Amino acid sequence: MNQTLALILIIAPLIGFLINIFVGKKVNEKLSGSIGTLAILISFIGTIILFLDLNSNHQAMTVKLFDWIGTERFTIAFSFQFDELSVLWLMFVTGIGTLIHMYSISYMHGDENFHKFFAYLNLFIFFMITLVTGSNLLIMFIGWEGVGLCSYLLIGFWHKNQAYNDAAKKAFIMNRIGDLGLLIGIFILGALYSTVDFEGLKTAMEGGEGSYWISIAAICLFIGACGKSAQIPLYTWLPDAMAGPTPVSALIHAATMVTAGIFMITRLHFLFDLAPEVQNIIAIVGGVTSLVAATIGLFQNDIKKVLAYSTVSQLGLMFLALGFGAYEIAVFHVITHAFFKACLFLGSGSVIHAMHGEQDMRRMGGLKNVMKITYITFLISSLAISGIPPFSGFFSKDEILMTAFHNNTALWVIGSLASIMTAFYMFRLLYLTFFNKFRGTDEQKHHLHESPALITFPLIILAILATVGGLIAFPGKSWLNAYLAPLLHDGPQHAHHLGTTEYILMAVAVVGGLIGIVLAYMKFKQKNTVPVEDDQMQGVAKLVYNKYYVDEMYDATIVKPVNVLSKFFRDKIEVLLSSIVFGFASLTGGLGTIGRKLQNGSIGLYLFAFVIGICTILALMFIAK
Amino acid sequence: MSTVMLLFYMLSAVTLGTAFLAIYSKNPIHSAIWLVVSFFSIAGHYLLLNAQFLALVHIIVYSGAIMILFLFTIMLMNLNSDGEKKKPIVPLVLAGVLLVVVAGILVTIFMNAQPESLQYAATGKDFQSIKVLGKVLLDKEGFMVPFEFASILLLIAMIGAVLLSKKENTSK
Amino acid sequence: MENVLEIIGIQNYILLSALMFSIGIFGVLYRRNAIIMFMSIEIMLNAVNLLLVAFSTYHQDAQGQVFVFFSMAVAAAEVAVGLAILVSIFRNVGSIDIDELKNLKG
Repeated sequence: MNQTLALILIIAPLIGFLINIFVGKKVNEKLSGSIGTLAILISFIGTIILFLDLNSNHQAMTVKLFDWIGTERFTIAFSFQFDELSVLWLMFVTGIGTLIHMYSISYMHGDENFHKFFAYLNLFIFFMITLVTGSNLLIMFIGWEGVGLCSYLLIGFWHKNQAYNDAAKKAFIMNRIGDLGLLIGIFILGALYSTVDFEGLKTAMEGGEGSYWISIAAICLFIGACGKSAQIPLYTWLPDAMAGPTPVSALIHAATMVTAGIFMITRLHFLFDLAPEVQNIIAIVGGVTSLVAATIGLFQNDIKKVLAYSTVSQLGLMFLALGFGAYEIAVFHVITHAFFKACLFLGSGSVIHAMHGEQDMRRMGGLKNVMKITYITFLISSLAISGIPPFSGFFSKDEILMTAFHNNTALWVIGSLASIMTAFYMFRLLYLTFFNKFRGTDEQKHHLHESPALITFPLIILAILATVGGLIAFPGKSWLNAYLAPLLHDGPQHAHHLGTTEYILMAVAVVGGLIGIVLAYMKFKQKNTVPVEDDQMQGVAKLVYNKYYVDEMYDATIVKPVNVLSKFFRDKIEVLLSSIVFGFASLTGGLGTIGRKLQNGSIGLYLFAFVIGICTILALMFIAK
Repeated sequence: MSTVMLLFYMLSAVTLGTAFLAIYSKNPIHSAIWLVVSFFSIAGHYLLLNAQFLALVHIIVYSGAIMILFLFTIMLMNLNSDGEKKKPIVPLVLAGVLLVVVAGILVTIFMNAQPESLQYAATGKDFQSIKVLGKVLLDKEGFMVPFEFASILLLIAMIGAVLLSKKENTSK
Repeated sequence: MENVLEIIGIQNYILLSALMFSIGIFGVLYRRNAIIMFMSIEIMLNAVNLLLVAFSTYHQDAQGQVFVFFSMAVAAAEVAVGLAILVSIFRNVGSIDIDELKNLKG
């Protein structure tokens, strides 16, 4: 029974994709959107049933379909694994997915490729489900690539704009660079242990000791995670990916796809536990990314770009937690981040919708009176991300900072700085968008209105979740830790006893957040400062606003040499190769032309040929015995 | 040298010489005449080998029918000795080479079978007089069926020849 | 009565026949006049007939001579039809030099 349920859960989004792709154009928008939403809703309901079952009896389930690849040393099966971690991930993926589908019905209203949008979204959810439920690294990789593909399709959804296409390509290519690392890691693991199943690898590696190759495999896998989860140096695609429609940004680049890296590392926790130096690297990369992204976010003026850098920064914090082996804490932050970040993105989508496509905060302002629901949900999520109790972000971020403090004080400082900056720029965004007077054109002012129910309903649900989400891992009585314990039981215990140090740290974090909020209040609400226009930026502000010119550096050091190389191949090597190939053709033609001369119609020549042939045959038959 | 050998050499000389002259002469009528002489000498060879009936039939069919046909055709086409163009040297040399090659191959093939080492049969029985030949030719277990088919062949050839040389109707 | 071939020897006949055959081939390859080519073909046929009869005497078997009959019949038929074709060609093309008959080139 459960097996059928699991299969339905996996297949439903695929069927939704197929229906929408083939017949979506012929039905009206409402039906197309409803089919898409329904498909994910079915998956969500299935997930809830499985989750309740799993929560009570902690029996993981494997659904095997068939043996896929058979080699001499081992066989790779096409099977799906529903254990605590995957079902947990499925919960928020399908849950938030359903809400975003609902949201998109209203947001994408009037778009000419409405059905395709839902088809791609369904396909994305299908691949994401494959990613989290795959029972071996290869199935996970199928999902990994599939979500990359859907990300590309959805970022470049409005394909008539060349800049959007470039952004989509950039996302895909950067992902692929990371995927190379992932593949090499998979190959190394497969070669070392003759299996790529998670269960098999766990049995083989648990309690063992690290080695050179294990560290190499861990590094390679981490590079894959960097590509997918936008850590340094493969993070520049995420801000550009904001070219896609806002529901895409909310679903893929905030809540689901970018968490795939963290999912993978958690899944393979036994591997990373054996390579402490790699864990160190992960923590450092996470911390540095978190800080750098936060600094860039301080100066951005596009509402979605701020949120994008904020996502990179929060992902950095999650990797920081992973680097200390604190997997449950990282998962906790993933969940709370999914709630409040999705809410923030959807809220920004609501604002953009009201402003008829305007995304620059310098032209917004005073929207709080017109868009009450959007404002309130946005405020709640901003408080959550800034780490103010009792919202969920406080609990998860605090756990991370506490872990950092206990393990590496320098990283704790970096993490705390990043959090303070987060509070600052989030409230900067809030004040610039919703407070003071409206700075846009009169035309836009005339059209301002609160968004329809299909948009505000998901916002409300997500805001509620962002408020109460902290309860799942309340310090001292963490349900999440208990839930994940069977899976991660060999990891070091990270339940913190709430002693004095912890309370002081909590207080420090809260005070830091409040300082950030107050600074933003003073600058942007009281003094009513509006950031200057692009061409008037100077000095440090200009440097940071242009993202430290990292994109330009990549362009000069990597993209241009590759272009030169490809030009070389096109002009020289390909000409050479095609001349060889065509050379064969012209050789055959030449031989043919020569051979044609035998058939010149002259009977005398034919007779000569007769006689010579007869002589040869006779000689061969009778003399050369 | 016995008479038979002498006769053989003379006949062979005539055969080969006239055959070569038939090919070599410029005038087609001369060629035809030389060829007739060659056929007569071959008939002489047949007589030497005691195949009398065959010798007569040979003369009647070849010299009496086939060469007449040739001569008629030559005269019909009014061929003269200056009808042929100057011929280049390469085909001549090549043809000469091939002459030698073919002769060599044929002789080699036959000599490899070493026929002269076998006993020549000399039963003294009559095997080739008309009586025996007639029996073999028209015997049911012999060659009667091919004989009849040969007559059909000749009929077809006749009809074919008549059809082929009909003048086409000028009205299209 | 002894076999006449015991006096002459079969190898002489083989040589004679081979030479005549080669002369026929030379004629076919060298001459350009179709009539002369035909005559060369007759020479070749005759060479074969001669050898057949010689071997018939060698084996004291009449079948060799019977074969010669049929060979002659076929030769006659072939000459009739061949010359008819030649006459047709002459009527259409105007000459029987085979260098002129080159329409079937590739």
